[in-house]
This record gives sequence, C-alpha cells and structure tokens, in this order.
Amino acid sequence: METDDYIIKQISVFSENKPGRLAAIAKALQDEKINIFAFSIAEAKGFGVVRLLVDKPEPALKKLADIGFMVSFTDVIAVRMKDEPGGLFDIAKILGESEINIEYSYAYSGKEAAVLILRVDRIKEAIEKMTGRGADLLKAEMFL
Amino acid sequence: MFWDKEMETLGGRALEDLQVKRLRQTIRQAENVPFFKDLLKEKSVSAEDINKIQDVSRLPFTTKKDLQKGYPFGFMAVPKKEIVRIHTTSGTTGKPTVVGYTRNDLDNWSELIARNLTMVGLTDEDTFQNAVNYGLFTGGLGFHYGAEKVGMTVIPSGTGNTKRQIEMIDDFGVTAVHCTPSYAMHLAEVAEEMGTTLDTFKTGLFGAEPWSDNTRRTLEQKLGVTAFDSYGMSEMYGPGAAFECPERNGLHFWHDSFLIEIIDPETEEILGPGECGELVVTPLVKEAMPLIRYRTGDITCILDDECPCGRGPRIARITGRSDDMLVIRGINVFPSQIEHVLRTLPEVGDQFMVYVDRINHLDEMAIDIEIKKEFFSGELKDLERIQKKIIHALRDTLNLRTKVNLVEHESLPRFEGKAKRVVDRRGDVI
Amino acid sequence: MKWDPRIEEMPAEQLAELQYKRMKTLVYRLYSFSDFYHRRMKENRVHPDDIRSLDDVTKLPFMYKSDLRDNYPDKIFTASQDELVRYHVSSGTTGKPTVVGYTQNDLELWTTSLARGLTACGLGRGDVMQVSYGYGLFTGGLGLHYGAERIGATVVPTSVGNTERQIELMQDLRVTAIACTPSYMVHMGEVAEKMGVSIEKDTNLKTAVLGAEPWSEQMRTHIQNEMGIRAYNIFGTSEISGPMFCDCAEQNGIHIWGDMAYTEIIDPETGEQLQPGEKGELVMTILQKEALPMIRYRIGDITSLDTSLCACGRTHPRIDRLQGRVDDMLIIRGINVFPSQVEHALLGIPEVSGHFMIIVDKKGALDEMLVQVEMNPGAFSDKVQDIMEIRTKVSHILRNSLNISVGVELAAPGTLPRFEGKAKRVIDRRLN
Ligand SMILES: [Zn+2]
Ligand SMILES: [Zn+2]
Repeated sequence: METDDYIIKQISVFSENKPGRLAAIAKALQDEKINIFAFSIAEAKGFGVVRLLVDKPEPALKKLADIGFMVSFTDVIAVRMKDEPGGLFDIAKILGESEINIEYSYAYSGKEAAVLILRVDRIKEAIEKMTGRGADLLKAEMFL
Repeated sequence: MFWDKEMETLGGRALEDLQVKRLRQTIRQAENVPFFKDLLKEKSVSAEDINKIQDVSRLPFTTKKDLQKGYPFGFMAVPKKEIVRIHTTSGTTGKPTVVGYTRNDLDNWSELIARNLTMVGLTDEDTFQNAVNYGLFTGGLGFHYGAEKVGMTVIPSGTGNTKRQIEMIDDFGVTAVHCTPSYAMHLAEVAEEMGTTLDTFKTGLFGAEPWSDNTRRTLEQKLGVTAFDSYGMSEMYGPGAAFECPERNGLHFWHDSFLIEIIDPETEEILGPGECGELVVTPLVKEAMPLIRYRTGDITCILDDECPCGRGPRIARITGRSDDMLVIRGINVFPSQIEHVLRTLPEVGDQFMVYVDRINHLDEMAIDIEIKKEFFSGELKDLERIQKKIIHALRDTLNLRTKVNLVEHESLPRFEGKAKRVVDRRGDVI
Repeated sequence: MKWDPRIEEMPAEQLAELQYKRMKTLVYRLYSFSDFYHRRMKENRVHPDDIRSLDDVTKLPFMYKSDLRDNYPDKIFTASQDELVRYHVSSGTTGKPTVVGYTQNDLELWTTSLARGLTACGLGRGDVMQVSYGYGLFTGGLGLHYGAERIGATVVPTSVGNTERQIELMQDLRVTAIACTPSYMVHMGEVAEKMGVSIEKDTNLKTAVLGAEPWSEQMRTHIQNEMGIRAYNIFGTSEISGPMFCDCAEQNGIHIWGDMAYTEIIDPETGEQLQPGEKGELVMTILQKEALPMIRYRIGDITSLDTSLCACGRTHPRIDRLQGRVDDMLIIRGINVFPSQVEHALLGIPEVSGHFMIIVDKKGALDEMLVQVEMNPGAFSDKVQDIMEIRTKVSHILRNSLNISVGVELAAPGTLPRFEGKAKRVIDRRLN
C-alpha cells in the first residue's frame, strides 16, 4: 500500500473576518469551473483560515494566489463514515489508541456517505493504522 | 501658599545671576560626558563664554536621537556609584532612553514637586492617591517622593483596578489625586456607575498627556475637583518641571532649575514671548545627566504677562508636537519605535498600518499587518502564534498593550514617497 | 560589613534590657492612648504594671489579622491623619483588604531595618539593584526601593512583568543585585535561557534578595548553582511594615533586629511559648511602631527561633526559613501537611522541576491529595516505562517525607502555572 495515495491536498486560505471574503473565494473558483467538495472556516480574533477540498487543487491554488489571497496546501485524509451510530467513534478510537492527535476535522455529505476530513499530527502513521483496521479511506485521486 | 517663597518669586538681577552661575556649572558638568565635551569643543564654546543669560544661544542643541546613541550610560556625568536611581523612557528605536539620578537630583526633583503641591494648596493634612504607574516610569515615584516630602498621606495605588481605587477614595477620605486626564475620565465614569460622588475629593493633578480646557471643565464637574495641569519629562527628572498655579493661566516653569527657550523647529531661530514654537530646556542643577538646550519636541509659547501669584515665567499648555511622537495612555510612543519592532520580526511583511483610537476615554492602539507569504503554513494556530509574538514584542518595547490584526495580502495602502503608516484617529486632545 | 555595628553587635543582655524598656513604653503608651488596646488588655485583666520583665510578655493578649479587618480601615491606628505619610493595602482573600498606615518614623524604621539587612547580604554603594517586586500598594516594591536607596545602591525600579525587557535591562545596566520572589527568580532564569542569555555568564548579577513567599533550602541551592549568585531570604508582612528582615552572609537564619522587634514562637493550638529550636507559630511585637502598633501579633507562619550567637558576629536572634502558614496547613486524613514540605521533597529529585501544584479532593469520606509536578526536560523519555518509574520514585519520596500516600501526576515542562507574585500552589476542592 502506498500511503501517499491517501494524502489529500487541502487548500488553506487566509481570510479576514469581514463580509464578502468567502463570496470572493467562491466566485474565483466558480470562474475557473472548480468544484468545491467541502469547506470549513476556522476563526481567530479578526481573521480566519478557510479550508477547501476541491476537484482541481493546483489550478485552484494558483487562481486564489493570483487574485491576492495568501494560500497554501495542507495534507489531510478523508474517511468515509459508516452511516450508523458509532461511526465517528470507531475512527476516533483507532487514532486515540495510536496516540495520534486530531488537530481538526470537518465533514461533508457525499453522494453515498458522509465523509470526514481529518488533519492529524502523524499522517502516514494514521493512514497505516486506519487502513490496517479497515477504515474506508478515500484516495487522493478521487479529488482530481 | 509657597513651599520655597524666596526661590519661587526670585526675579531680576538676582535670578539672572543665579541662572548664569548654574548654567556655567551645568556646562562644566556636561563636559564630563564625551558627547558634550566633543560637541562644545567643535562649537568652540565653554562655560567661560556665558556672561549673560542670552549667551545660552551660543550653545548647541541636544536631541532625543543623541541620547539614544548613548545607550545605556553614555550621558552620565558622574561615576556610577553616585547614581542612586535609574528610570527609563521611550526611545526612538528598540532601546529605551536611560535616565540616571544622583541623590541630589532626587532631592531637587522632590523639592520641585513639593513646590507644585503646595502651590495648589495641598498640605500634610491631605490624603493623596497616586494613580499612575510606579516603577520605571517617572510619574509614580516622582510624585510619591514629592508628596511624602510635603508630609501628605500617600496611597501608592498605581493604575488599574478602578473599582478598588474608588473604594479607597471613599474609605480613606482621599482629597487629591494624580493621574492622566484620560484615566481621570475613566475614574469619573466608574464612580458614577458605582453611585458614589467622591465627596472628599478637592484637587486633581493631571498630566503626562495633552488635555483641553473642555476636559478640564468636565473633570471638575464630574469629580468635584479643581484640576491642575502638570508638565515635565524624564529628561528633566520627570513630571513637575512646570505646573499650574491657582490662577490656572499657564504653567510656571521653575526658573531656578530650568532655563527655557522657544525656537522655530525648522529654522532653530529663537522666538520671542507670545510666539509659539518648540520648547527647548536646559536643566540648571542636574548632576547625573546634565543636558544642554534639549529639544523637547513640545509646542508651546512663553507667556509675556506677569502672573498675579508672583512666581516666575509661565508657558502655555502644550498644544502639540514638532515631531510625530504620540502619547498613548500617558506613554510616549514614537512611530519609529513601532517600525523598529516590526522590522525586526521576520514574519511581518513590508506593509502595516497603525491606528490610535479613543474608546471609552481610554487610548487603544491597533496595528494592521500583512504577514509574509512564506510564513503562512495554512494552520490557524501558526497564525495565532505569530499574532501573539507580535503583540509580545510590541509590549516589550513600548510598554503598551496593542491589538494586532492580521490582514489579507495587498489590502493595506501602498505609499509613494513618504509613508504615513500611523494614523491618530483620536481627534483633538481630550 | 555592618550598617550599624553598635546596635548589631550589642551584647545580648543589653539588647534584652533595651527590648524590655521599649516593650514597657509601648504597653503604657497603648494602654493610655488606644481604645482598642486598652479594652483588649482590660478584657484580659492585664495592666501595664504587670509587665515586670520580658517573661511577663506572655501575660499580654495576642493580636490577630481579624483585628485589622474588624477595624477597617483605620480604627485602630494610633496616629492622626496629618502624621500619616503612607498607606499600604494588601488584598484579603475575603472581604475588605488589610490597611496599614505609616508615620514618617515608621518608614524610617522600616528602611533602617532593610539597610542593615541588605548590608548584611554584602550590598552597598556601587551595587545596582533591580527591584522586581510589585510597586504600589504592595509593600515589596517600595520597601526594597527605600532600603536599597538608603545603602546608596543604584535602584532600577522595574517592578513586575515584562520579563524579557527586565533581562535586557539587567544586562545593559550591569545590574549586580535583584529583589523579587523566588519563583520569579526561577522564571527569569527560564526566560533568560530561552533568550540565549546565561545569568551566570552574560550578566553581572551576584546577589538576589528573595521573599514574599515560602521557599526551600533546595531551591536556594538550585538558584545559586544555576545562576552563579548568592540568594538571600527576606521576611516580612505588611502588618509589621513589609519585607523587613533577612539573612546575613552566613545564610543561617533570618536576623530579627531585637531593638525593633520582640519575637516569640508559640504552639498555635495552645498559645504557649515554645523553646528556641522548637517549631511553632511566629508571634511578633514591633516595639516602636507608631501608626499601627503590633503587640504579640500572630503572624501565622511556622518557624523556629535560634538565639545562639551567629558566626557573623550579630547578636540578634534568628528565625529559620518559614516552613509554611498555620492556615495553609492542610490536614489530610488527620495528618498536617505543609506545601513547603512537598516543595522541599520535590527539589531533591533531579528528574522533576520546582513547578508543582497540590490538589486536594474528597473521594467519598476520604481526603485525596494529588501532586502534579513538571518533569525536567532532561529526564523526558518516550518510553512509558521510564516515566512510570519516575512517578513511582516521586510518590515514594513524598510518602516518606509527608507520612501519607499521595497521588502523583507528571506534567510536561512548562505546562503548570507560573506565579509572578505569591505562588498559589494549593487547590483544595474539599471546601466546595
Ligand atoms: Zn501663578
Ligand atoms: Zn548572622
């Protein structure tokens, strides 16, 4: 198994907490016909980071940088959650037992199932542990 | 009331003789400092050239920038063991300006404060709340020593914990307070909220930042005090170099301890009475750190009429600055200091803007900063760490809490020519 | 060097005689002029004439902190408003604060006491002393400031906070001595290290005068070795004026100037006077205080008295470093535990640092005490086994020294709270 196959490039965008910034990001991506699968916003005092999973990460990053946003790629993993009680717990348990920290996570509902996006401190080990325990990780190519 | 009537009302020939004698002594004292020794030599002027008080114009000026170059002890004119106190004040870069005092300096300073307090009618029966910062700032310890000399009961309350301060005013029957005018406004508001009228209050001594006659009226009405303006700076010991008398029509500059001039800040030409310009001060009895024609940067004028109280020369209340120095919560801040701090942080990009506002009578400084792209990791916690680091570095150098906003790239104004990165939105003086 | 050799070397009998005379005057003065003391003495059926020797002092009633609170703010002051020149205020944990007034003479005595003490620590003209105690209403800052000024040192009144700037100034102004709390001293050492500054090699610091919170001999050794300085212990509370008495160069107990104070150690339960060497509660009479006199004031600190002649030649008695507060004393399953004992024990264990917290809780009917302590970075290992062993070691040592078993939690370096003023290391959850 190639762990790298499961490492997904999330786009992180620096944004001030003021009206219209999210719309500006969405508009830019729409202009380039880029699909947003998932996004979340993390806020601090006065500013935040918008996190995006998109279908064409490289062009998306370039576009956002071109119009002046400060952007970077962040490695995350995506796991399909069983649509039943305890689905989230199973994943957290695998990571917890391996003492891998979840720095943040967010979810989106795909066509077939809910998908959990995770940012962890030791990504390769997390991928090994999760695939080893039968978790349903999504490959990066699904987002291309 | 007078603390030292003879000195306070000294005039004519006797005063001039004393000033000339002390100016000569000051020049000799200054020659212990290599900087002054060289400068005086370069201008080929010495103590012997001073025969009348107008001869002061033959002497060179000293600036804040000069003092900065001497950090830390370059301007001390006495052996270190004779220095009994050190205070620091804002510099123009990352390092502060260090001010040293001999025991005589401390005595003279408290003597002047004692004159001020007595002049406004305070005695050993008064209870005095000193609500300014103690420590390295001169305001706290300066007034503390002076009030102690008068025999007043001193409450060294410092700043902060306003509710507690108000309880103390009532519980101890405080009659006089010393603080910045903006803190006095804040005191008044909190007292009002707490439903107390501060009945024992009668005298307010306000300084360290410019304030208006409007504010005076408001403070007098809200606090029930007669309000007096205080002037000074660490380079001339600290506060108390000049003070309002009960006439409250200008501040008496203690003529036996300071020689004052007003100059045109551009041409350096000496201006006459009534003409406004930059205040230049030569302290006359300082031992540890003598100064010659020190350019204060404060804009005022010498009043040309005589005060009915019988004391010496007065200056008008300070109306502004000849440079871009800001006074924020009583602390002097030079935009060059802010710039210096930010430039030393690798994360901070070339663009930043500094805004100074007044919120609920208290000054607030906020800085918008574009961080450099290579420092954006995509992680919120890294951004927060950078934000904290900037706040910390600013607090370290400015002694001020500032608000730091990280803003998006290319969102700040770009300047062609001279950048104006500091915007004071407080309007006029309070 | 002695500030006032005539007094400091006064033969013991002569000193006792002076104490007796001053005690007698004080009692007469207060019986005659203070309503509070007059009433208190009457209630205890004692008259100034009953005091015929220093031993008779035990006939006098005690004074308590509650007396100050009950008479807030100045009802027991014995000086009039125009004689008062200063107030200090210490925040009480409950209700109104404690207010202490000073006359000019009170300030003079306080400053003289410190001048003697600082001189005994080897300080004088030519020293540059950074005063990093809080200035203002707290007595530490202004107290040490006046003392250092009196001996002719250069005072740098930095007050607390802004530690990086303080370290820069320490270097730039070539500071030779500092006054602060022991925990702030340790904190400064840590911050300096982070800045790449070695207090020992990169500064001129030689002397630290540390107090305002209890600390241990191990901590002294630690500070002295780490920073290459001499660390002296200073003692005082605002009720007796402020920080007032300190070690001499022998570092063998705190000299209490007998001409200024009469010291007793008592059993806190029975109030009986204890013998030199016996551990108990410190009780002090400040012999010449004017604004707020103190007769047999229950200081509340645990220590013992040493009346033997000190090697420094000073005849004045010494007290041992404070072992804790009578009211800090925790009773865990019936056993008396002082936080200082815990500190003492921890400082002897190289794997852990001096940063710790004590959490007391009730599990059912039983008291449970948990000690959280930071590991030293050097002792850190990623093997759980190693860490378990350190924990076992710490808990063994604590059990041996406290005589009860306590829980131990190891914390990562830098994660437990730091204290700039008085350290509050005990959380007693049984009270809720
Ligand atoms: Zn006048
Ligand atoms: Zn000794």
